[in-house]
Amino acid sequence: MLEVFVFSTLNGLVTGLLLFMLASGLTLIFSMMGVLNFAHASFYMLGAYFAYSISLKLGFWAGLLVAPILVGTFGALVERYALRRVHAHGHVAELVFTFGLAFLIEEAVQFFWGADTKNYQSPDLLDFPLFTLFGQEFSAYRGFMITISVGIFLALYYVLTRSRIGIIIQAAITHPHTVASLGHNVPLIFMAVFGVGTGLAGVAGVIAGPVLTTFPGMAVVLGSIVFVIVVIGGLGSLGGAFVASLMIGLLQSYAIASNLGMPDLLNWLGLEFSRDHPLNDLWTLTLPQIAPVLPFLLLVLVLIFRPTGLAGKREE
Amino acid sequence: MRRHWQQRETMMLEVSSLNAYYGKSHILRGVEFNVQEGEIVSLLGRNGVGRSTTVKSIIGEVSPVGSIKFKGEEIVGRPSFEIAQRGLGYVPENREVFPTLTVRQNLMLGMKSGQSNPRWNMSEIFEMFPNLAERADVPGGVLSGGEQQMLSMCRTLMGDPDMIMIDEPTEGLAPKVVEQVSRLLEKIASRGVAILLVEQKLNVAIRISHRLYVMGHGKIVYEGTPASLKQADDIRSEWLEV
Repeated sequence: MLEVFVFSTLNGLVTGLLLFMLASGLTLIFSMMGVLNFAHASFYMLGAYFAYSISLKLGFWAGLLVAPILVGTFGALVERYALRRVHAHGHVAELVFTFGLAFLIEEAVQFFWGADTKNYQSPDLLDFPLFTLFGQEFSAYRGFMITISVGIFLALYYVLTRSRIGIIIQAAITHPHTVASLGHNVPLIFMAVFGVGTGLAGVAGVIAGPVLTTFPGMAVVLGSIVFVIVVIGGLGSLGGAFVASLMIGLLQSYAIASNLGMPDLLNWLGLEFSRDHPLNDLWTLTLPQIAPVLPFLLLVLVLIFRPTGLAGKREE
Repeated sequence: MRRHWQQRETMMLEVSSLNAYYGKSHILRGVEFNVQEGEIVSLLGRNGVGRSTTVKSIIGEVSPVGSIKFKGEEIVGRPSFEIAQRGLGYVPENREVFPTLTVRQNLMLGMKSGQSNPRWNMSEIFEMFPNLAERADVPGGVLSGGEQQMLSMCRTLMGDPDMIMIDEPTEGLAPKVVEQVSRLLEKIASRGVAILLVEQKLNVAIRISHRLYVMGHGKIVYEGTPASLKQADDIRSEWLEV
């Protein structure tokens, strides 16, 4: 039991921190533009594909370094030459644009790399068990994923709260006109934040690609969960996104590892049911079966009981 | 205290034929005025005559039609950050202190990158305003209205502007704090920084200004010195007194 708990916690941390890398960029961009970037997970997918191609020629580590820079640069260009122009036409136009961009990137990925799953491998250097606990191995690559994610979180936290540029970003998000009138180039700051946000999604793609498989549907798989996280955390809140990412990661991990189900619940309640009953399928559901739905269930609960999210503020 | 600005005649700001619109409303209707180097000029008038729109047009927050020359260069159509980088500071009407950032961080935000030998530095600001020094590490949002006004003005000074536009600095402040604001304005001017003051309190404007303009219906309706405005009862009753 303890063994299952420890490994579920570790796996939940890996997933949660990975989700945070995506959610942090998305929530920062939301605070800045006031609109959700529906193409955000597509930048995550691009990170995985760029890194895959680079790794074929130069190895995994070159991919880890170069792919996020390419994705971030692409993101910054998208903001500068497309989103900024669309912004003038309001939020609906921005939403439609990011929707379209997501489809465009997915089609482009299929066009250039094909519709099949890519054999994107983790590096040989990390192909060993980091430790063995209760006879079960925890791979070094998963440890590496945790290290990178935590490192990025700490760096982001430091830059945003302690550095001058972080202070300017914080102020520009809430008072862009005032920051501009103090002589700071706000459009450039927004472009940089968009670039860094999409670059972070790229990093997530690079390190998740070998574990979660690299295929053209990977953006759709993770994209919806990331939206759930930023809403649960409170739109625009970095701290909220961090807590919600870990919550979702751990929740899914515990659910998958558990062997509880409706039969246990019914037994506990002292109820019996017939196997011939038409609702037999419902009564035999297990927690691992509904694990993928849990984040959305949590979203519904949060929207009912705390519509602003865990750390969100009501708009005045 | 009052400088002999008339002798210097170096033009800092020159506004001519300035028109501005909010949708179909024609707010500014050919505004013309100027500010010389080191001069304190007040822009007076009742609420809604276009004083704030005038300064917002100058800093680039409102897109106007016409000509605005700052230190001889046309700035209409330029983005706000570029205008500020050229040395024009702006203190908005509602102070716009960043509420979650500390007093120190608010002041840091005023500094521009690559500044050399600025007229003001943080330790001097803290010396001038011990209240701000005591509360250097508390969030700007918890300061009193007067402290927020001082912070907002000092934040703009940290960017070392050659001219500063201040929109209603004494609005809603206690007489003692109004006095403090007036002293700061005089100190700013004493370091050669020109001031365009948008003000409703006639006594403050008359006491510290070198020249005054009165606005009405979106244009300048009077230009004069404090002494001449004091004599002009008709102007005061028609355009200023409520």
